[in-house]
Amino acid sequence: MVAEKIKLRRTMMYVSGSSPANIAQATIYGADSLMFDLEDSVSVNEKDAARFVIYHALKTIDFGDTETVVRINAINTETGHQDLEAIVRAKPDVIRLPKTSCAQDVWDAEAMIAKIERNIGFKEGTIKLMAALEDPSGILNAREIAKSSKRLIGMAIGAEDFVTSMKTTRSPLGVELATARGLLLMACREVGIYALDTVYSDINNDEGFLEEVKLIKQLGFDGKSCIHPRQIKPIHQVFTPTIKEIDYAIRTFGAIQEAEEKHSGVIALNGKMIDLPMVERARRVIRLADAAGILDGGAYGC
Amino acid sequence: MLTNAVNRNIPEKINNKKLIPYQGEFALSPADAPVASYRKLKKRTPDMGNKIQRDLTAAIRSVGLKDGMTISFHHGFRDGDLTVLPVLEAIRALGIKNLTLAPSSLTDVHDPVVEFIKDGTITHLESSGLRGKLGKAVSEGILENPVVLRTHGDRVRAIQAGELNIDVAFLAVASADEYGNATGCTGKNICGALGYAMVDAKYAANVVLITDNLVSYPCSPISIDQSDVDCVVVVDQIGDSALIGKGAARTTRDPKQLLIAENTTKVIEYSGLFVEGFSVQTGVGAVPIAVTNFLGERMRTQNIHAAFALGGIGAAITRLHQEGYIQKILAVQSFDTEASAALCNDVTHIETETGTYANIFGNGCCINKLDICILSALEMDTHFNCNILTGSNGELRGALGGGPDCAGAARLSIMAMPLIRGRIPSIVDEVNTICTPGTSVDCVVTEYGVAVNTARNPDLTERLRKSGLKLFTMQQLKEMAERLTGKPEPIQYNRDKIVAVVEYRDGSIIDVVYQVLPE
Amino acid sequence: MCQITKKSYAGSLESSDVLVQISPNPGKGLEIDLKSTVKRQFGNAILATVNDVLREFDITEAFVSIDDKGALDCTIRARVSAAVCRAAALTDYHWKVG
Repeated sequence: MVAEKIKLRRTMMYVSGSSPANIAQATIYGADSLMFDLEDSVSVNEKDAARFVIYHALKTIDFGDTETVVRINAINTETGHQDLEAIVRAKPDVIRLPKTSCAQDVWDAEAMIAKIERNIGFKEGTIKLMAALEDPSGILNAREIAKSSKRLIGMAIGAEDFVTSMKTTRSPLGVELATARGLLLMACREVGIYALDTVYSDINNDEGFLEEVKLIKQLGFDGKSCIHPRQIKPIHQVFTPTIKEIDYAIRTFGAIQEAEEKHSGVIALNGKMIDLPMVERARRVIRLADAAGILDGGAYGC
Repeated sequence: MLTNAVNRNIPEKINNKKLIPYQGEFALSPADAPVASYRKLKKRTPDMGNKIQRDLTAAIRSVGLKDGMTISFHHGFRDGDLTVLPVLEAIRALGIKNLTLAPSSLTDVHDPVVEFIKDGTITHLESSGLRGKLGKAVSEGILENPVVLRTHGDRVRAIQAGELNIDVAFLAVASADEYGNATGCTGKNICGALGYAMVDAKYAANVVLITDNLVSYPCSPISIDQSDVDCVVVVDQIGDSALIGKGAARTTRDPKQLLIAENTTKVIEYSGLFVEGFSVQTGVGAVPIAVTNFLGERMRTQNIHAAFALGGIGAAITRLHQEGYIQKILAVQSFDTEASAALCNDVTHIETETGTYANIFGNGCCINKLDICILSALEMDTHFNCNILTGSNGELRGALGGGPDCAGAARLSIMAMPLIRGRIPSIVDEVNTICTPGTSVDCVVTEYGVAVNTARNPDLTERLRKSGLKLFTMQQLKEMAERLTGKPEPIQYNRDKIVAVVEYRDGSIIDVVYQVLPE
Repeated sequence: MCQITKKSYAGSLESSDVLVQISPNPGKGLEIDLKSTVKRQFGNAILATVNDVLREFDITEAFVSIDDKGALDCTIRARVSAAVCRAAALTDYHWKVG
């Protein structure tokens, strides 16, 4: 029933390259991915130092099963190039490109990474890419960016820059982001890559945060970037299938099996027809539950 | 040298006293002897007036303090204590020397005690712990004879066994009357339960009460009884209530501490002991208070009530008691004004003397009835032995408190602590000082997961499998810590000079602390 | 060989970080002054790492002051490297494969 274990990217937690204290134990909060940041959380004068910090941390610390992502500086800057030279050699799982506005940005990064990979004897394509779309061009080019590279595993929306360029600000309901989120999601779904939502900056507003997490889950996002450990558990709770959903999915597959055994053409559960989208949704629930480690009758939690 | 049951080498004699090596948690029995008392019969006729002395100097003179005697204090005000130093200054001004200072404990505010050691006012220390500059000075060898460190329960045992004879106890009390009845829970500066002070009041040869709130006779409620008291001194301020729980009684937002607290709460929840009528000692500190709050949520949602909570009591426990989720509280110490006020107002919030709480030879102490206790350590070894006294640099910086007492007696003893603190791993091959034997510990809870002591608790692993907590062996945890920090070098000690002996609850010696060499 | 041409520093005095200061030391070779909150436990390990990084950059003359607040080894390595690059005005560091 479960083909291969899907990679969960419900939470991608920022860890700034400017504060080494938070790096070594960043895995303990259970984020699916850690995103080491060389960009906005690092001041211009500390870019070189932060690069060394992340480079040596990645080379020395065992982050276990947690995916490692490094957000470099924009690919069309000297700092961005220097970041790539260092970080590719430290071999994170993914490099995240900020402020991506067109496919060319990805191609530029890809070319530089491929060259370094060849130089140092990594198999070409080892390092994956993620693109953050943070302005109107990025969003409007979402489709071509999504299709730009085999390395691209996902796209994220960076709302702070986006709303500013849209001459607005962020609001609790997120209406200002509705179109951008929708376009990014469709572009991701078309090619089957991950769609990640932006950060929620008010770490003390638990209620507002939860509302936003529910909203973006309903929209179809795979996960969300977070800026504080306390944001992880609520996201996982929203993104992990409920016992009821799992139960329904299991019964859906049971009904299919039963129909196959009876060679019946019609598959029904509780008197309702099971159609293909339902099967697909059930499969997704099972795979998410499996990935979250809650299928084996273990404790329900995350 | 003798080797004790936790493989530490113990000298045969120290301070002219023959030492008994630690042999196991309940291996020893007390000597067949009456409870020791140096209290004399005292005559006070109605015409002799009240017991007030005009100042500390007059009080010290009136009780006849002399060179070479032993004095004591209680540490109910912890970092808010304003009594120890003024008394020592008055003693120094009288030219009295060569004293043994034997308070129930010493905290960071007692750094200036170093000066009284330097000038010869104090030449020997007995305490539950040593911290700050005093701990450092003792570790560097400032005293000729080793300090004796005892748990809260052991101190009472030592007093009753005649091993610690207090000549004068100077006891700060929030309110007292002119004849020496006193309480900790009313007045200008309250410290609530007088659990530590009650012991000294009962056993010291002479008792001086120090208060900043003289009330008309009789003071009530009565925690210290007039018949135990020789004189009363009124001062401006005995202590600062706000500093009792300084740094300890706070609600943390630190994500790592919250994670350890959440993991600890899960251990309790799945331990099999989290059932109607359970009992718990959570203690005070960032993690224990968070555990109390998390546990409270589970008690509310699962409708489980505790029969009693025990030990040092803060607001979090007090609120659960007031909500009805904890039926009774046995309070040795109150950590904040909320707990102090509740002690005064509620007969089911019971002031408890330290001996009643934890004395191993006290004919059955409260902790014998305890299901779950949460403790912490500076270091643990892979055999679960705990160090709560010396820092990783070998210097004295902690206190035994009731830790070894509770761990030894409770059905489930949980050590909750971070796996690493900065670059310091907390789980190591060998701890600097063994204070609590590993046989007393059921499990250790860290930010990464839990290690169960299957020798003490064979069922716990199976129970915790359902909790979703990650389970490790101590060896695995130790290796995880070392992978991050590197392996620390062993501390270089001067093995010819012992600066402290660490008593187990029964008075046997579980370890000794050596002089540290300069960096 | 790499020359320390100006006084420079990297890092901070925050807990779990280290402040590394490097300055020219004409005619006096390498001198390292180590302060650390974990000197008793990790003093030798810290010195070994500092020397290792200096060797990697081929620095033979410098005054290096280390004020460590319990930084992990990889942080010390990163801070010393950054301080050297700044003090020697190096821009094209030769990154090695992890």
